[in-house]
Amino acid sequence: MSELLSGAIAFALGCYAVASVLVLVRLVRGPRAQDRVLALDLLYFHAMLVLLVLGIRHRSDVYFEAALLIALFSFVSSSAMAKFILRGEVIE
Amino acid sequence: MNPVPFSIETLVAGLLVLSGLFVVISAIGFLCLSDFFVRMHPPALAYTFGSWCVTLAGILYFSTLESRAVLHPWLIVILLSVTVPVTTVLLARVALFRRRVARAADTPPPLSPPRGA
Repeated sequence: MSELLSGAIAFALGCYAVASVLVLVRLVRGPRAQDRVLALDLLYFHAMLVLLVLGIRHRSDVYFEAALLIALFSFVSSSAMAKFILRGEVIE
Repeated sequence: MNPVPFSIETLVAGLLVLSGLFVVISAIGFLCLSDFFVRMHPPALAYTFGSWCVTLAGILYFSTLESRAVLHPWLIVILLSVTVPVTTVLLARVALFRRRVARAADTPPPLSPPRGA
């Protein structure tokens, strides 16, 4: 792996870390509940991107399945939370 | 395992840097914009461009490494393009509903007439 690619991977991971901290500020500060749900969804998404980049870094396919699972869980959890805020229960 | 040529590595590195920039820009927008309906839009930048760039980088890199077409990273893009609009619309409905319940002044009226009218 060349210097260029490992540098780009480090840069991308640093960007995801900075973005996660910014989203975390919104998660703590967010005035309403829907801000917090969206912030949590974005955190899930950043974790998925980190796993995909780590898969390229370690030249391994295993990270891909974990990223797919995280994408699925992010959808299920945020839609369940949105439904809960909307109706007060998840399954009516 | 084939050696990856420098041109492909440069392309992969550019895609990764681009995705990092998009994700940071969307996070800054998500933090700094004022209203929830305005704030919902920057994450779309990360959801589309961020995931597309990383997925294309993965496809390019692994296809060159294993000298066959490795296409399964598309699955993530397909899954995201199905699920993200659902989540976004649900959250928009949540925000609208809560604003109506709170009787905020600038709430748009419902499109359909009330039942029984």
